[in-house]
Amino acid sequence: MNDKAKAPAPAGRAAAKKELPEHLKAYKHVWVFIEQERGQAHPVSWELMGAGRILADKLGVNLAAVVVGARNEATQAVVRESFNYGADLAYLVADDILTDYRNESYTKAMTDLVNAYQPEILLLGATILGRDLAGSVATTLLTGLTADCTELDVDAEGSLAATRPTFGGSLLCTIFTLNYRPQMATVRPRVMPMPERVEKPIGRVIEHPLGMVEDDIVTKVLSFLPDRDSTKSNLAFADVVVAGGLGLGSPENFQLIRQLASAIGAEFGCSRPLVQKGWVSSDRQIGQTGKTIRPKLYIAAGISGAIQHRVGVEGADYIVAINTDKNAPIFDFAHVGIVADAVRLLPALTEAFSKRLSPHQRDRLAS
Amino acid sequence: MHIVVCMKQVPDSAQIRVHPVTNTIMRQGVPTIINPYDLFAIEEALRLRQKFGGAVTILTMGPPSAEDSLRKALTFGADRAVLLTDRFFAGADTLATTYALATAIRKIGVEFGPPNIVFTGKQTIDGDTAQVGPGVAKRLGLMQLTYVSHIDNVDLEAGTIDVERRSEGGVQKLRSKMPCLISILEGVNEMRIGSLSDALTAARANIIKWSAQDAGVEDITKCGLRGSPTIVKRVFAPKPRAEKAEFIELGDKPGDAFVDELFKRRPKLEAELGQLTRGY
Repeated sequence: MNDKAKAPAPAGRAAAKKELPEHLKAYKHVWVFIEQERGQAHPVSWELMGAGRILADKLGVNLAAVVVGARNEATQAVVRESFNYGADLAYLVADDILTDYRNESYTKAMTDLVNAYQPEILLLGATILGRDLAGSVATTLLTGLTADCTELDVDAEGSLAATRPTFGGSLLCTIFTLNYRPQMATVRPRVMPMPERVEKPIGRVIEHPLGMVEDDIVTKVLSFLPDRDSTKSNLAFADVVVAGGLGLGSPENFQLIRQLASAIGAEFGCSRPLVQKGWVSSDRQIGQTGKTIRPKLYIAAGISGAIQHRVGVEGADYIVAINTDKNAPIFDFAHVGIVADAVRLLPALTEAFSKRLSPHQRDRLAS
Repeated sequence: MHIVVCMKQVPDSAQIRVHPVTNTIMRQGVPTIINPYDLFAIEEALRLRQKFGGAVTILTMGPPSAEDSLRKALTFGADRAVLLTDRFFAGADTLATTYALATAIRKIGVEFGPPNIVFTGKQTIDGDTAQVGPGVAKRLGLMQLTYVSHIDNVDLEAGTIDVERRSEGGVQKLRSKMPCLISILEGVNEMRIGSLSDALTAARANIIKWSAQDAGVEDITKCGLRGSPTIVKRVFAPKPRAEKAEFIELGDKPGDAFVDELFKRRPKLEAELGQLTRGY
């Protein structure tokens, strides 16, 4: 055995024991990293505040929002907003060199905060920023990190039970970080419901210095080119979504999905195999490794419904599935099922919807 | 220029089946492939070598059978392949994996020269965590550049590298220093078809195999299951919903029948879809 493994560390590693090592028992409270870029908080952070509130209440501890950003009014507004989403207190690292996200500075801010104030649970959004940061923070602290959780709970002993899909999305597994702190987990946007926003006065804010100057940071941001709105897919927030899967048979048939989507004002998407085959671009993928959607109506055509896909669409109010195989798993969670060949049915649907929803038809119905 | 590419051999997830009675994974006979995301990393490494000269080393941790994927990577034209294989590595989570890979990359540096760039794919298709790249970077003190969509410029003399990186809502142009770790986005290049001579070389090539000890692992308790802070307590199939889908028959005018049935069941949808289509 190596002596280093036994020595107490600021966070995380200790000899593998059943009971939590003494120095880690001080780790208390639930933290949510509030992701914000240029003063714009990512909605996933508020969704996590909802999930964090439930965990904190079960554990009888505080829920804290952690905000890292430029020292300006926009960052302050994010801090204030975190109380409206249920924070009991907030931690803030504000410094103008934190204006743009960079791994070095944000990792330092987060690990310093964790070492100083010792949370037992730390949740982050499984976004590009959140994944880049979470991996660095967990490795620096030498603690466990569970990615893309679809369910968070605490067990009878008060440990975080983080459930996520595994084996390419065919099964679920529940993962614990028993002997290390903090217990870290990421959750993808739209997986957790958005909690209600309740106007509240600002509470206790604990500021912590960054302890770093620009010269300490190697990586420099040369420029930032925001995406043009027209190229962004609004899939995650769409009210109606139409998606296709391998049952379409060929990349050419994917246009049938686009046509139906256009006829009913929907966003279009696809299952993972179509992205892997290069039929559709990855920003249109729905499922565990793509977008999670919560529309009022979801039409899935030629999608078998593996867990990979299922966890991304379960938040939909109403799911219509079209598949030739009446035993396809998608019929286990769809509300309405049609056993049919999507390639033949889709044009009929597009035509019928266009007819019904056309302005001419609506005017006639209204008169 | 020396480039290390971290690669993983994964089960072809499209072909994994769950046993209908026992709900366990049926692994037998599931073919393995190079993690598809890693192909973009390999290609990007080969392109840099074309431009700047040097060597590309492929590194993987896995069972002895992972040799197949390494040999495949050599057919694309990589210079050497290292297989990190030892029963002590079994059951590693992402933190334990980063310890083993970082140790092996240090050893590769000693044996074949320190790498300027370590490449990884965006994530693997079996674990889907995207955590190993950042972990390796942190352990080796490499600059971390994830979700890179384009390498704009490499200045070997100054040791700087300019990249475009996908970030939330836009593209960051960054200037950083080498050595660095780059996780490359999918779809940013097209994998080459290996040449016949590379294929012949690969078939005969010696795959370097390292045990934990060979790789220079000092603390075996940081490897594999023992070195993993996360513990998988339960693996299970999702609960089927209480009610299955209600099947509807559409008859010979399926389009109209569908629209009628849908609006009958969800009356509000007609107005909502009407709103959405206004202006189309």
